[in-house]
Amino acid sequence: MSTALQAVRLTKWFGEGEARTLAVKEVSFEASFGEILYIVGPSGSGKTTLLSMISGILRPNEGQVLVEGSDLWHQSDDAIADFRLHKVGFVFQDYHLFPRLTTAENVAIPLILKQVPWNEALVRAHGFLEVVGLANKAELPPVKLSGGEQQRVAIARAIASEPDIMIFDEPTASLDGDTGRKIVSFVKEHILNARRCIVIVTHDSRIFEYADRIMNMEDGRLTGIANGGLHES
Amino acid sequence: MSRAAVPGTLKIAFKLLVNDRGKFAALLVGILFAVFLMIMMTSMFSGILKRSSATVLNVGARVWIMDPAVNNVASSIPMPDYVLDAARSIPGVKYAVPLYSSVALVKLRGGTYQAATVIGLDDASLFGRPQLLQGNIQDIYGENAFVVVKDAEFSKLGNPGLGSEFEINDHRGKIVGIAHVATSGLFGIPTLYTTYSRAVSYIPSMRYTAAFILVQPKSDAAIPAIQKAVARLGYQALTEDQFVQKVSDFYIYQTGLGTNVLLMTIISFTVGLSISAQTFYTFILENLEKFGALKAIGAKGRELVLMILFQATFTALTAYGLGVGLATLLMTVARLRLPGYAAEITYLNLVLAFVMVLVIAAISSLIGIRKVIRIEPFDIFRG
Repeated sequence: MSTALQAVRLTKWFGEGEARTLAVKEVSFEASFGEILYIVGPSGSGKTTLLSMISGILRPNEGQVLVEGSDLWHQSDDAIADFRLHKVGFVFQDYHLFPRLTTAENVAIPLILKQVPWNEALVRAHGFLEVVGLANKAELPPVKLSGGEQQRVAIARAIASEPDIMIFDEPTASLDGDTGRKIVSFVKEHILNARRCIVIVTHDSRIFEYADRIMNMEDGRLTGIANGGLHES
Repeated sequence: MSRAAVPGTLKIAFKLLVNDRGKFAALLVGILFAVFLMIMMTSMFSGILKRSSATVLNVGARVWIMDPAVNNVASSIPMPDYVLDAARSIPGVKYAVPLYSSVALVKLRGGTYQAATVIGLDDASLFGRPQLLQGNIQDIYGENAFVVVKDAEFSKLGNPGLGSEFEINDHRGKIVGIAHVATSGLFGIPTLYTTYSRAVSYIPSMRYTAAFILVQPKSDAAIPAIQKAVARLGYQALTEDQFVQKVSDFYIYQTGLGTNVLLMTIISFTVGLSISAQTFYTFILENLEKFGALKAIGAKGRELVLMILFQATFTALTAYGLGVGLATLLMTVARLRLPGYAAEITYLNLVLAFVMVLVIAAISSLIGIRKVIRIEPFDIFRG
């Protein structure tokens, strides 16, 4: 498996002087295409901060994020925004779907940001909704959908930009156990492929079985990397 | 990879705005209300100013000679006859004629009295005569002849027809013509035209009788020299535009009218601004996380700014159109019920309201833009 991204000694702190809080301390790891990598750990362990740094959202104080051989954080703000649009797909914990747009329009947003014409973006959005099994809900507003369905719409929106790296932030936090497992199982079966890497932040042990590797964090430090549930440790 | 702002993002902005019907309606109502009030106030002001110069506009003389203390048509100060003779002798003057203007009491057939503006036209030339709808202008030389103006105040003389008779200062008057003028007067009283000599003999006068001297210059280039020559006589010569401006200045600066209208316009603007800025700010706050999510997905700051500017501008222009439409509708209805209703939408009123609406949109969107620019996508992850 080739490397999708490489984090090198990533460090992030918030505040200055006595108020400085270390969130992530010299974390290094690689994520590969074709794998699902979990970042787990208790609240406040730095999972989300780490996820934000590798996805081009939060600038580290020290360290590098290497993508295709170059350091992401040495690029311009516009180039980093383009990286997020073209290379990364986000599935937020609260989905962040637009209630005033239809489901299809929500899915089409990354395409519209990529300057795909409106009608073509909607046609392609219908295709992505078909992938997540919600083609029949395309014209409904997201508020008319169940939590699991909204999660799948968020996944459809994330894959709409056909990203290399998909970032899931606590994907099962708002779902019951059964629905959560179904979602992650679906992601593993239908969204993961040999040209895509999926990074999931979670502390839901019920879905550990779907991970290829699990990174454990505590107090901002990487404390270990283990193989996931379907692999031998 | 560089991208320009695309219409698709504006369509998203449009849908986010109009699909939130409650907020959109509140925004529209706020700005519409402000536009409506601003247009109504400034239009009434324009209408009043125009009517205050009705005689000047209706007579249509190129140059008016008057006492320098005259600041509106209604309070003219009669000039001695030598001023007329002197004006006629100024090089560059083609001709000069006197104009009588005063208010007289008309006794109607029913015994009631009605004040009326009486304008006495130069007997020889009838310069400044109105356009007749009925009758023949030559009949104005007949005995006791008057021409009545058919405007909003016409009915106050009992809707007279040709041949109708009345009394004016114990003299018999007879309607020989019914005329139309471009602009009705400000004070809500009817207007009668007659000859200068009849006006002077029928209506009690001071020692001097010529309220104004109307001058036709040989050319426009001669006007400055005429004005200087008249100034040397101790009087003032103004072009039609200058006289209209002088009358307007009087009502704007020397009565409470201008200040009151200005205050009302500022209040309208402030009310509209506060309603729309508050509502737009709430709208942005409610969508702040969504804008943050857009930023996380890859939207650039300038694209989000463009979306907000589009939303604010679209709302402002829609409300502007509705506000102008509502004001026009109300004025039209008011005119149907009140023919003398003095309000007139001018291009200046429209431009003024438009500029104020743009200011409202700019301030409203600035507040939103500051919030959206500051939102960090990381905040979306942190919740």
